[in-house]
Amino acid sequence: MDIEFRGIHKTFGSVHANDDITMKVPSGSIQGILGENGAGKSTLMKVLSGFIQADRGEILLDGKPVQINSPEDAIEHGIGMLHQDPLDFPPMKVIDSFLLGGKSGFFLNRSQVTKTLRDLQKEFNFSIDLDEYIDALTVGERQQLEILRLLWLGANILILDEPTTGISAIQKDRLFETLHILAGQGKTIIFVTHKLEDVEKLCNHVVVLRRGKLVGKTDPPFDVDKLVTMMFGKQIKMAERQDAIPGEVVLELQNVAVEDYRLQIKGANLQVCEREVIGLAGMEGSGQPLLLRACAGFQRPTAGMVLVHGKELTGKAYHNYMQEQVAFVPASRIEEGLFPGLTLTEHFVLGRDHQNAFINWEKSQKVALAGIDEFNIYGKPDTFVESLSGGNQQRALLSLMRTPLSLLLIEHPTRGLDVESAIYIWGKLKERARNGTAIIFISSDLDEILHYSDRILVFFAGQVSPPLKASSTTVDQLGQLIGGRGWETLKQGQL
Amino acid sequence: MIKENRRWVNIGFQLGAIILALGFTTLVLVLSGAPPFDAYYQIILGSFGSLLNISSVLAAWVPLLLATSGLLFTFAAGLWNIGVEGQIILGGIFTTGLLKLLQDSALPPALIIILAILAGALGGALWASLAGILKTYGGVNEIFGGLGLNFVATALTLWLIFGPWKRPGIGSMSGTIPFPESLWLPRFADLRVSPWALLITIGGIIIVILVLQGTHFGLRLKAVGKNMRAAYLIGISANQHLMLAFILNGIFAGLAGAMQVTAVYHRLIPAISSGYGYLGLLIAMLINYRAIWAAPIALFYAALNIGSIQLPIVLKLDSSLSGVLQGALVLFVLMMEGVRQRLVGGD
Repeated sequence: MDIEFRGIHKTFGSVHANDDITMKVPSGSIQGILGENGAGKSTLMKVLSGFIQADRGEILLDGKPVQINSPEDAIEHGIGMLHQDPLDFPPMKVIDSFLLGGKSGFFLNRSQVTKTLRDLQKEFNFSIDLDEYIDALTVGERQQLEILRLLWLGANILILDEPTTGISAIQKDRLFETLHILAGQGKTIIFVTHKLEDVEKLCNHVVVLRRGKLVGKTDPPFDVDKLVTMMFGKQIKMAERQDAIPGEVVLELQNVAVEDYRLQIKGANLQVCEREVIGLAGMEGSGQPLLLRACAGFQRPTAGMVLVHGKELTGKAYHNYMQEQVAFVPASRIEEGLFPGLTLTEHFVLGRDHQNAFINWEKSQKVALAGIDEFNIYGKPDTFVESLSGGNQQRALLSLMRTPLSLLLIEHPTRGLDVESAIYIWGKLKERARNGTAIIFISSDLDEILHYSDRILVFFAGQVSPPLKASSTTVDQLGQLIGGRGWETLKQGQL
Repeated sequence: MIKENRRWVNIGFQLGAIILALGFTTLVLVLSGAPPFDAYYQIILGSFGSLLNISSVLAAWVPLLLATSGLLFTFAAGLWNIGVEGQIILGGIFTTGLLKLLQDSALPPALIIILAILAGALGGALWASLAGILKTYGGVNEIFGGLGLNFVATALTLWLIFGPWKRPGIGSMSGTIPFPESLWLPRFADLRVSPWALLITIGGIIIVILVLQGTHFGLRLKAVGKNMRAAYLIGISANQHLMLAFILNGIFAGLAGAMQVTAVYHRLIPAISSGYGYLGLLIAMLINYRAIWAAPIALFYAALNIGSIQLPIVLKLDSSLSGVLQGALVLFVLMMEGVRQRLVGGD
């Protein structure tokens, strides 16, 4: 199905998220939409998939103007969207979640649906157990499941929003294969990303969005430098890797064991010093968040000791850790970190210590303006945080961190962010580290782990490696360990 | 420019809601065979027709606005303190109890009245902290806890009126024996409202607005209401703030109960709260966190309540008509807000 956008406009408060977007996507092609965070990619896709309505402009399918007022309308028109976080029902079986989303009659037709799904799976070489519970699947498998569901509902246009975040390289190859098959069948694929390598590998055409405007279109072969320039308006480079000169010990884990309902981590030992950055690597669901949360008092260790500044805090609440200048930055920004419905100024007031009972709003406004400027947040003091884009929310969250801190624990500091935002955020984090803060972070991006950590802990199915020196570890080694290989030699090497 | 337009659009939607609510109430009137315009005229006459009527409206405004003011704290913290009704009742009970205790003492009446009002605030606060403890430490949703405590409060009132505090001889639904006039909160001559009660009420709402809009405590309360998890991570103790919201709400509700005893009924009656707690919840919902609107809307609701007293006498209509209008107004405003967000988009 051919898609055409004509003059799409959408504003959120003072932010012009889509500014006169006009483009055509021919049937059977894989169209890349590239742009940094906050460029307006997700907004445009939400307009197409009916989650939000454009202020102005129209959408044409096969040359006919259509009204898309809800996701239900969109699927009626054959438009299916694969979200950044899969929208399924974790405590249900795969097959049940399908039956739930289907437009069947009153009675459930389990056997017929099972057969249709088996056929679809065969077509794309998927192997998902239909009787498995969804929370036992990996992110990649859940994505495959979602694609199946959309095809089953009759989608002719598939929108994928940052689909390669959080899945392994193998799953990514599988995904790309699937997309090629689908395009070959005449389906239209729209692929939203900020990753240049994805675009290079996959797309037939690319458009670039920047600050709400469509700034360029290109076809293969892609000139990476040109794409980067279009995305950011300039060329960017990562800072050189630098090793820290560690100071005194801030955090000490002695034989710590933590567990949740499906995973057990045993015997984690670690000493983290001032100015040190520790990366926690591993596939998602290998236990990194468990250990990180144990360092902040959210997760009670079942054995071992946690010491901060030599003081034992095992089993104490987060509040006690805060007194030792420990801070925790969660991965889900808007759910756990920020206050939807409050403005940036109000966030700055909440995040800072104060003497008076009364708020000096005039002064707070100035503080907020300075913070917005310093952290490069695309918003105004009276902007509500929920209307900021992901990258801006992350910058806002980091700008709220107190100073000084002795230990900063961060889950996925740059997940879903574009290169420029990521570099910016790491610049800020490294600045803190130079001033004495120890940082422990989780990331599924191996380059990020290797480039910014001093030492690395690798997680695999509940096992934790001894700390590895980042400067002498390669991407290959790390990749193997994450995949569960090479652990024997690792242990012998340590002995 | 766009902002200015949007503002007018919002006002348009709110006017629409009022027109719809009036239309709906008119329809109810017509269906029940009553002359609608006559009914509205009687309500206006009954509330603002004479100085005496105006003073009655103000006398109703006092407990209503006090209850609403308190609810602004719990609303800010994201709580549905439906137990406000029971907190008003406990305010009334504590006030009556203290007046009974001290009425024969040698203390100056003014001091007794002040102590009685403070006792009322304490009673409301204690009852509210029960709901708060149930919520924060017991994991009982404040709606269920509050509802249960309301029943207990009503039962307690009846037990007191028919038991330990009954009139000599036999208990009566008309309440305990009235206190001597020296223990009444002084009124304007020949009018039904006390200047002291008005002063406390106006002072109260000003304090609430200042606290919610100008203090760190108020902002932290809102933060807890918006995202408890994030509040915890930023170092705000959610439980502590929820408890404080309950207690502050209880103090104001208790004051409302104290005003009912010292300024209106001069005794404890079974319906001492007069439903002002529930009406306050409606108003808090209607004004949607905008504390500045509490006073005028509460005045309007008080006028509807008092004005409709005329209806059974003059038109043989049930006085619950004002309740239809009050309820319809909230429903239509909420509905129009939903329509506005769909058509125009959020702020």
